[in-house]
Amino acid sequence: MKNICELTAHEIREAYESKELKVTDVVKAFYEKIKVDDEKIKGYITLCEEEAIAQAEAIQAKYDAGEKMGALAGVPIAIKDNMCTRGVKTTCASRMLENFIPPYDATVIKKLKDAGAIILGKVNMDEFAMGASTEHSAFFKTHNPVNLNKVPGGSSGGSAAVVAGDLSPISLGSDTGGSIRQPAAFCGIVGLKPTYGLVSRYGLVAFASSLDQIGPMTKDVTDAAILLNTIAGHDEMDSTSAKLDKKDYTKALVNDVKGIKIGIPKEFFGEGVNSEVKEKVLAAVKTFEELGAIVEECSLPATEYCLPAYYIIACAEASSNLGRFDGIRYGYRTKNYETMQDIFRNSRSEGFGEEVKRRIILGTYVLSSGYYDAYYKKAQKVRTIVKQNFDKVFEKYDLLLTPTAPSTAFDIDSKINNPLEMYMADLLTVPVNVSGVPAISMPCGSDSEGMPVGLQLIAKHFDEETLLRAAYTYEQNREVQ
Amino acid sequence: MISKEEIKHIAELSMLNLSEEEIQKYTVNMQDIVEFANKVNSLDTEGITESAFALDTFNVFRKDEVRESFDREELLKNAPSSNGEAYSLPSMMN
Repeated sequence: MKNICELTAHEIREAYESKELKVTDVVKAFYEKIKVDDEKIKGYITLCEEEAIAQAEAIQAKYDAGEKMGALAGVPIAIKDNMCTRGVKTTCASRMLENFIPPYDATVIKKLKDAGAIILGKVNMDEFAMGASTEHSAFFKTHNPVNLNKVPGGSSGGSAAVVAGDLSPISLGSDTGGSIRQPAAFCGIVGLKPTYGLVSRYGLVAFASSLDQIGPMTKDVTDAAILLNTIAGHDEMDSTSAKLDKKDYTKALVNDVKGIKIGIPKEFFGEGVNSEVKEKVLAAVKTFEELGAIVEECSLPATEYCLPAYYIIACAEASSNLGRFDGIRYGYRTKNYETMQDIFRNSRSEGFGEEVKRRIILGTYVLSSGYYDAYYKKAQKVRTIVKQNFDKVFEKYDLLLTPTAPSTAFDIDSKINNPLEMYMADLLTVPVNVSGVPAISMPCGSDSEGMPVGLQLIAKHFDEETLLRAAYTYEQNREVQ
Repeated sequence: MISKEEIKHIAELSMLNLSEEEIQKYTVNMQDIVEFANKVNSLDTEGITESAFALDTFNVFRKDEVRESFDREELLKNAPSSNGEAYSLPSMMN
C-alpha cells in the first residue's frame, strides 16, 4: 500500500470500509506531514487540528459501530480561505479579514460536514482571489511542491499545492478566471470548474459574482466526481443557483470516448502559448483520437477579446463587492481616525494590498461616468458574442480541448512587478468563465524542466458528465510523457 | 492616456488614499491595462445586447416569513468596536 498521505480520497474511503485504516491515524498522518513539509510549501494559513482529531474519533466510532457512512466520511480536505467556516478564521489572505471569524458555514462547507469530510485547515490564495500565482497573499507566498522555486499558480495556489504536496488528499478552490484550473495545471493535479450556478456561492467571499464558482481540486478524476457530487445542488441562499435534479457524477466515470466529438479551437494554440505546452497537449489530442474520439479543428473567433472583457467585468464587479469593507461591521479598522470618512478611507487603504487596490481602481474607472459605455457596457456585449461563439461550436462538438495555461509554472518573483504580464496567465481559462461553461484541467506530461503541463477540456452548460467521462478515459489510458 | 489627476479622482471615488509613490505606480500600470482593455472596442458589437450573466437569470421569490437569524452577540464579535448591542462609531454630526 502507498503511504497514507499519497492516497486519493476514494482510496482512503475504501480503506476505512475494509478496516485497513483508521480515520484518526489518517488525520494524524496528515498533520505530521504538514508539520514537516509545510515549512517549505507554505500552503496552510490556519490549521484546525484539535477539531479535526475530535471529529476523526467520532467518525471512527461510527465506522466501528457499522453505521452507513457518507461518501466523504473521515476524508480530510483543505479549504481555500475565501469560504466561510463557522468558528474558523476566514482571511481571504488579506489584512482586511485577518481576524474575521465567520458566524456561519458556506453552503459547500455545510455539505462537506454533512458528508463527513474533515477539514484539515484553510489554505493560502491571492488576496481576495485576485492573482495567478498566490504571490499576492498578504501573509506569505506558497511554493510549488514540484519545484519550490516556482509559483503554484493562483489564485487557488494553496489548494493546489497542498494536494500536489500530499498535505491533503483533496481541496476546494474557487475559479473566477481560471483560479482552479491554472494552479491545478501548474502543480500537476486535477481541477474542475463547474457550470456557473451548479455549486452554491453562499458563503464564498465575492470577487466577481457573475463569474465566481467553487470546484474540486484532486489527485484524480474519480475524486473530482465524488467531491462534485457532495457540493453540487440547488441552494435557496444563492439566487443564481440552478434548479436541477441531483446527478451521480461517478456514473460518468466510464472508460470510453468512442464517437465523442472534440473540437480543437485554433485560437487557443496561437502566439503566446509556449511550444512545449502545445506539443504535450497535441500529444494528448492524438491519444484521444487513438481512443476513438472524433477530433477536428474549430474556431472561437472572439477569443482574443475575452481577456480584456474579463478584466473589465471582473474588476467592475470587484470594485462594487469590495465596497462592503468599511471598517465598521467586521474586518480591519484603522487606529488612525476621527471621523467616519477617516474610518472608511484609512481602513481600506491600510487593509487592502497592492493588487486589490489596483483592481478596485480599474473597476471604478470602467464604471465611472464617461467610461461606462466604452468599457463596461462594451465588455458585457463581448460576453454575449463569446457565449454565441460557444453555443455555435457546441452545436457540432461535445467537448473542446485546449491547453489550460499558456506556460508551465513560472519562477517566484518573475512577474510580480508586471501586472499585465501576470494577467496573461489567464488567457486560456477566462473564456470559460465568460461563457459560464464547465471545464476541467488535468495533467498531460511535463516540460523539459520537469514542470507539469495541463490540458483543459470544456463542455456545454451542465454537461459535467461528458467532461468527467473524457477526463477519466484519458487518465486511464495516458502514457507517462 | 490616463493622467495622475484621473487616478487621484478614481481613488477618491474608491475611498482609497494613495501616496504620491502609489499614484505614480498606478498611473503607469493603468495606462498599460486600459490600453489593453481598449481592445474590446475593436470588436463590432452593432445590434448586440449586453449580458450581465452567462446563463439566463430570473427573479427568485420566496415567502416573506420570519426565520431564525444570526445571534446579535455572535455578529458583534467581529465588530472592531461595539457597545454590546450595536456597532459604535464616531458621531456623524457635530
